[in-house]
Amino acid sequence: MRVTLTRRYSFSASHRLHSDAMTEAENQTLYGKCNNPYGHGHNYVVEVTLAGAVNPATGMIANLVDLDAYVQKQVLADFDHRYINEEIPAFKTLVPTTENLCIEIYNRLKGFTGAKLDRVRIEETSRNSFEYSGGA
Amino acid sequence: MFGKCNNPHGHGHNYTLEVTIAGDPDAKTGMVLDLVELKDLLEREVMARMDHRFLNYEVTELKGLIPTCENVSMVIWKLLEPKIRMGKLHRVRLYEAPDLFADCVADGQGTN
Repeated sequence: MRVTLTRRYSFSASHRLHSDAMTEAENQTLYGKCNNPYGHGHNYVVEVTLAGAVNPATGMIANLVDLDAYVQKQVLADFDHRYINEEIPAFKTLVPTTENLCIEIYNRLKGFTGAKLDRVRIEETSRNSFEYSGGA
Repeated sequence: MFGKCNNPHGHGHNYTLEVTIAGDPDAKTGMVLDLVELKDLLEREVMARMDHRFLNYEVTELKGLIPTCENVSMVIWKLLEPKIRMGKLHRVRLYEAPDLFADCVADGQGTN
């Protein structure tokens, strides 16, 4: 049997879905109100899942205090209460869909040394979620 | 290492357990596994052992183990897995708190 541990975090941020590869009209048609010019906000929930052997001495896959500190430093400190399009360098060129956000956050967390990062799952709203587990 | 989780007289959680069974629906009943049977099994194997108990002292299967979310979920998996008569145990997800859970799945399986 395989065991994973998942911790949920949240941050609030704004974004605007707009692609320079399309015209204004095409953007409006594709993204609808998500293309409104001044952006809009979400309360994002980020689930971070770690995999690995349970340490027999501690009973844990990883020390949660270490994970919390790492997620705070790598993700929350940069994203919370920010405009993703303008304030996170990766999204100067990428459209800040939650698909792309999953990949960015996964890449920011994959260097965690306490256990192997298994996946990142993000709820943009209570009705839609996205996840990325690395690879192609 | 354990911070306030190490306080000497222990502390409680309202655990939430999700048990997922996978398999083909039975041709006659349309069910993977009868929910009444699953409910009885969970009552017998999990609730009767663990509900309102001090996990460190009162659960035989946890003797010698630190009762982390990971270890408790693994104990529950081992209790349930051999007793699922129809379908297969696909996942045990144990929430220790709304922002923390452990998943157990069969080797080689994803946790969704």
